[in-house]
Amino acid sequence: MSLGSVPLKYRIDIDRDQCMRCMRCVENCSYGVFRNEEGKLILNSRKCTACHRCISMCPRDAISLKERPVDYRSHSLWTGEAREDIINQSRTGKILLAGMGNAKEYPVIFDRLVLDACQVTNPSIDPLREPMELRTHIGKKPPRLEFKKNEDGDVDLITELAPNLELETPIMIGHMSYGAISLNAQRSIAKAVSKVGTFMGTGEGGLHESIYPYQDNMIVQVASGRFGVDINYLDRGAAIEIKIGQGAKPGIGGHLPGEKVCSDVSCTRMIPLGSDAISPAPHHDIYSIEDLAQLVRGLKEATQWKKPVFVKVAAVHNVAAIAAGIARSSADAVVIDGFRGGTGAAPKVFRDNVGIPIEAAIASVDRKLNEQGIRNEISIIASGGIRNSADIAKSIALGADAVYIGTAALIAMGCRVCGSCYRGLCPWGIATQREDLVKRLDIDSGSRQVANLIHAWTYELSELMGAAGINSIESLRGNRERLRGYMLDEGSLDVLQIKPIGA
Amino acid sequence: MVLDEKVVIDARGIHYTPLNELIRQAVEDGATEIVLKNVLGQRFIADALKADVCIEIYGVPGGDLGMFMSGPVCIVHGNCEHAPGNTMDDGKIIIHGSTGDAAAHSMRGGKIFVRDYIGYRGGIHMKEYDQKKPILVIGKSAHSFLGEYMAGGLIILLGIDQKGPYFERGIGSGIHGGRIVIRGTVDDRYLGVGARKMELNENMLCEIHSLVKEFCNYFNIDDKPLMDNDYTVIGPSSSRPFAGKYTWE
Ligand code: SF4
Ligand code: SF4
Repeated sequence: MSLGSVPLKYRIDIDRDQCMRCMRCVENCSYGVFRNEEGKLILNSRKCTACHRCISMCPRDAISLKERPVDYRSHSLWTGEAREDIINQSRTGKILLAGMGNAKEYPVIFDRLVLDACQVTNPSIDPLREPMELRTHIGKKPPRLEFKKNEDGDVDLITELAPNLELETPIMIGHMSYGAISLNAQRSIAKAVSKVGTFMGTGEGGLHESIYPYQDNMIVQVASGRFGVDINYLDRGAAIEIKIGQGAKPGIGGHLPGEKVCSDVSCTRMIPLGSDAISPAPHHDIYSIEDLAQLVRGLKEATQWKKPVFVKVAAVHNVAAIAAGIARSSADAVVIDGFRGGTGAAPKVFRDNVGIPIEAAIASVDRKLNEQGIRNEISIIASGGIRNSADIAKSIALGADAVYIGTAALIAMGCRVCGSCYRGLCPWGIATQREDLVKRLDIDSGSRQVANLIHAWTYELSELMGAAGINSIESLRGNRERLRGYMLDEGSLDVLQIKPIGA
Repeated sequence: MVLDEKVVIDARGIHYTPLNELIRQAVEDGATEIVLKNVLGQRFIADALKADVCIEIYGVPGGDLGMFMSGPVCIVHGNCEHAPGNTMDDGKIIIHGSTGDAAAHSMRGGKIFVRDYIGYRGGIHMKEYDQKKPILVIGKSAHSFLGEYMAGGLIILLGIDQKGPYFERGIGSGIHGGRIVIRGTVDDRYLGVGARKMELNENMLCEIHSLVKEFCNYFNIDDKPLMDNDYTVIGPSSSRPFAGKYTWE
């Protein structure tokens, strides 16, 4: 091969003085970095993905990892990555696939927004002593309420209310299908959300029987491939979500490679064993907003108008106009997935270059819906790259009703964002269907950790609100006055509708 | 519960939601046969209906007839709008006329018989699993992209009264499971990406003949001229059509 090999991505080193040759690293590494040859520990760094499983299991802290141990001649344009991608593609002639979300160094708008706090003139609130309302309702809100006096002199509400989901916290877990993640991972999340009083998405992989006990906290997804979708599935969910697009790969479909379709995945998705599960980019019954309305109503009719229906789109340039169309389709919520949204696998060129950041998308959608007087018709759920409670507070202040988290929930179960989910060998038992690996993820601890994370962020959210003198999430929503932009250009400030710091 | 109860509903001027409520109510009351008269464009008829009931429809039902339906038999005396049998689970739809685009979209079980024509992308995404195998039989002809992205099930196109062989483009493009059977010969250039011709074996022929009989029976057509082996079978060239398209980072 005239191209030869490219340098190592990671180098693993063992501190041989520290090492006690317990061989835990050998057992734990599913990628085959470590070998035990007659009591001697042998390494093959080329296989390392930086999943950190060995490092977290080593009793002696004897393992060290270095990224890009071999330098290229430095060049700010022709980075090592750029060179290696070209080498790969000139070898194979194929589309480059990559794992996890957008990895390019775009500035993060969240990190250029600062929140407000009270001083002197308006008192802050201590959430320990005062009630803080974080309960969130997702769904249509009536434009006005009508009442009638009844015979007993009481008033009765006569406005018919649309079904809403009631969340104890504005944090939900986004759609990660069984197939993309393991059943233990899905069950851990399901147990956590039912304990916390929030919701999670099934992804487009159907609903496995062992999730039925948590069905009241499940949002079932309908994607273009219609995998696992039948009336039993629709009936079980608390809400239904139509997936149009995904932030990590706007405009293209998804497919679960045949090797991930094991017998259990195959029966949950209702497809043959080992066949690719292909969801093309468009729904072939949706070519317009009118068609979307047809599917929304078809799903509502199927569940007798008892369940809210969400529509998920990727954040793209004209997302505001799209959301306004969705608001008129009878849908109850629009999910906007920003370009940092995670995924098991996406063509790298899409992952890193298509779509817009979630911060701008939330603000422009909220603004457009307000301008058109239809903000009450639809809730906004934001997702794609939400890393902490501050990101959530900022999302809500920009206009979101609630958020979906994905990668953060995986990290709470062990994931180290190595980005090798597509290999199906996740040593943390998350993005794999290999039985011995799946077993590593204990459902009780997994669910405890995910619940802990949601609790912790909910606490922080109430502290942030209290400090700003706000005692209800409703008063934070779309409250851009409590945000300022730090080192943001005028155009961005205008889109976000916020003032710069000090103003 | 009353058995063998026949209920007649006049659908004139009724919106689809109350119409479906009337149907559900009739089923709950034990109806085994429901006659819908004066249907005019109401969508979603029998949407997600789970029952052992026969629904006779007079008029033109709107889109998504029998969507998510599981069990009922719908007989349409007239034409049908787009996507009858969308994501249908089980049951039958018999159409004495033609339908619009995306008939049998994502259908996963049951049978659809269309006497005349269907629009574009018929049988798109049909998929089978385990005991469930969706079947779509078309009497006359279909527009392009028949059986697109098909992942399972069987489509039979009989070409009744057609002059010459079938000539619509993109047959089975993206197909990765199931079979498309077309009466007569099909020129290779009409096959979609990922589709290829396959051998017609005994089992297949048997299945075709029994479905042809069933079809002819519903529409009072003489089956004799159709009971030979003049059929072209089209299937996927791989169950992993995209396997060779990507390389990992
Ligand atoms: S886990 Fe740590 S101590 Fe055990 S063999 Fe590996 S490097 Fe040595
Ligand atoms: S879930 Fe994916 S990114 Fe996270 S550790 Fe497992 S393989 Fe790596």
